Amino acid sequence: MSNDGKVDCGRRRLLVATATIGGIGGVAAAVPFVSSMLPSERAKAAGAPVEVDISKLAPGQMMTVEWRGKPVWIINRTKEQLASLKATDSQVSDPKSDKKMQPDYCKNETRSIKPEILVAVGICTHLGCSPSEKFKTGAESGIDANWQGGFICPCHGSTFDLAGRVYKSKPAPDNLEVPPHMYLGDSRLVVGEDKGGKA
Amino acid sequence: MSTVNAKLKNLVGWVDERFPLTANWKAHLSEYYAPKNFNFWYFFGSLALLVLVLQIVTGIFLVMHFKPDASLNAAGVPVAFASVEYIMREVPWGWLIRYMHSTGASAFFVVVYMHMFRGMLYGSYRKPRELIWIFGMLIFLCLMAEAFFGYLLPWGQMSYWGAQVIVNLFSAIPFIGPDLSLWIRGDYVVGDATLNRFFAFHVIAVPLVLVGLVVAHILALHEVGSNNPDGVEIKKKKDAKGIPLDGIPFHPYYTLKDIVGVVVFLMVFSLIVFYAPEMGGYFLEYNNFVPANPLQTPAHIAPVWYFTPFYSILRAVTYPLFGIDAKFWGVVAMGASAMIFVLLPWLDRSPVKSIRYRGPIYKTFLAAFVICFFTLGYLGVLPPTPMRTLVSQICSVIYFAFFLLMPFYSSIDKCKPEPDRLTSSGHGAH
Repeated sequence: MSNDGKVDCGRRRLLVATATIGGIGGVAAAVPFVSSMLPSERAKAAGAPVEVDISKLAPGQMMTVEWRGKPVWIINRTKEQLASLKATDSQVSDPKSDKKMQPDYCKNETRSIKPEILVAVGICTHLGCSPSEKFKTGAESGIDANWQGGFICPCHGSTFDLAGRVYKSKPAPDNLEVPPHMYLGDSRLVVGEDKGGKA
Repeated sequence: MSTVNAKLKNLVGWVDERFPLTANWKAHLSEYYAPKNFNFWYFFGSLALLVLVLQIVTGIFLVMHFKPDASLNAAGVPVAFASVEYIMREVPWGWLIRYMHSTGASAFFVVVYMHMFRGMLYGSYRKPRELIWIFGMLIFLCLMAEAFFGYLLPWGQMSYWGAQVIVNLFSAIPFIGPDLSLWIRGDYVVGDATLNRFFAFHVIAVPLVLVGLVVAHILALHEVGSNNPDGVEIKKKKDAKGIPLDGIPFHPYYTLKDIVGVVVFLMVFSLIVFYAPEMGGYFLEYNNFVPANPLQTPAHIAPVWYFTPFYSILRAVTYPLFGIDAKFWGVVAMGASAMIFVLLPWLDRSPVKSIRYRGPIYKTFLAAFVICFFTLGYLGVLPPTPMRTLVSQICSVIYFAFFLLMPFYSSIDKCKPEPDRLTSSGHGAH
C-alpha cells in the first residue's frame, strides 16, 4: 500500500492480474472433480443393443425388455387397437409425430416399422416414471368412457395412446420415445441398433 | 471444597487466556437476554437442534453397517437394500438406530415447519432479522436435499422412482437440462453411480454445509436478539446497566424451559419409534420394502409427506407457457413455492410484526394459506384425478397469492397499536 493514501496503480494491476490467474487456476482445478461425475467408461459401454425373439408375442400382448437400464415395450397391436389410433388423432398433442421422438423410419401413423409391432421406451417423457398399461377400453378402464386403450403414468397422470402419443393438456410434453431398432428376420428384433448403426 | 473451586477457577482462567470460553458462555447463554414472554412456539428452535444432533449420531452408527451398492448379491437382492435389512434384523439394536434415524427425518420437518410458522406468526423475519430468516431458508433447502439424498439409500422401489422423478426435474431446464440430469445421475438411468454419490452427499457434503448454516443462523440471532410473541423490540427499553427491561438471561431461564420441551418431545418421539415407526406408510412408505426395480414403476408413487405440498404444486401446472413445456413451469412453480418464503421480509409492509396486532385481512390470508398448504399436502399423497388437479390448481394460486399480494394487503390492513413493552408479566424477572 502507498503511504500517502494514493493507490499505487502498478501494484493494483499486479494484484488484479494475480487474482485473475489464481481464479482461473481455481476453476481449472474444479474440472476434474465436476467431470468425475459424468457417466464412466463402463457405464457408457453397458449400452449394447438387445436382441429379442417376438415369435410368441400374440396380438394384444405386450412384453418388456431392458435396454440401457430402461424398460423397452414391444406391443403386438390388434386390428381394433390400430383402428383406435384414428380416433385418438384429434386428442393427442403431436398426432403426426413431428417432434423427433422416433427414428425417421417410424415417423408414420403407427410410429412403427411393422404396423402392428410398436417398440417404445416405457419411460414417461415428463419425469421418467414407467407408465402402466391400460388396454381395456371405455369405462371399464377406470379412466373415462371414451378411453381407447393405451397407457397412464402413475406419477402425474399423463396418458398415452397405443402408439405412445401423449394426450393434450397432460404434464408430459412429448410422445414416448421410439428407440432405434430393426428386424433380423420375421420374429427377431434388435433394440438399440438399426441399419444406420448403433444408437 | 474451596481449594477445588480455586483450582477450577485457575483452570478456567488458564483457558480464558488462550480461548474465549467464559466470554462465549456469557455472550450466548448466561448473558444473552431473551424476551421474557416466549410461549409454546418457541420450543421448536432448540428442538430442531436436538433432532440435528440425533440425526448425526444415529447416522454415524448406520454408516458403520450400510453399503451403498446397487449390484445384486448372491440371493439376487441389491446389496444396499440387503444391508438395510441386515441392520434391521441382525445388527444388535440396529432396528432402533434405524427407526430413530427414519423417524428423526420426519420429526425434523415437523419441528422445522412449526419453527417457520412461528416466524410467520410473530413476524420474526422482519427487520433487523432478515439474515436470520435467509440462513433459516438455506437450512430448509439443505434439509430437503438431505432428506432427498437419504431417501435413495435403502434402494427400495419408492427410493428409486422418487429419485428418478426428482432428478428428471432438472431435465426440464431448457438446453442444458438433459445433460445436467445425466451429470447428476452419472448414468443413463438412476443406478449404482447415483447411489454412491447420493451417499457421499448425504453423509458428508450436505451435513457439513448444514452445520455451518446452523452456526450462522444462531450467530445472526444473537447479534440482533430474539423476537417475541408481541413483536416488540426489547432492546428499546433498557435499565441502567444496559440490560433490556423485558429480557431474561437465556441460561438458566430458557435452558430449563427448553429441557421441558425436550422431555415432552422425546416422549412423543419414543412412542412413534417404538409403536408406529412406519406411521401408516407416511414415514416409511410400504413400496420401499420392495427392492428397486428399474423396469417397473409402482402403481402409485408419492413422495414422503413433508414434500407433498410442493409436489402437488408441481402436478398442478398442466399448461405450456411462452412456448415452453408445462413440465418446465411445473418445476419452476415447485421451486418457487418452496423458496418464496425468502422474500417475506420485503413483501411484508405491515406496521406491526406480531399476529396479535395484525388486522383481519392478514389473518384471513394466513388462514387461507395454512388451509391450502394442508390441502396441497393431502392431495400430494393421492393419485391425480381431474377434480383433484383442479383443487390443487386453486390452492396453488391462493398459496402464491398469499405471498405476492402481501405488499398490498399488509399495508392497507387495519392493525391494532403495538404496546410499548411486552404484555406478559411471566417469569417474575422484573
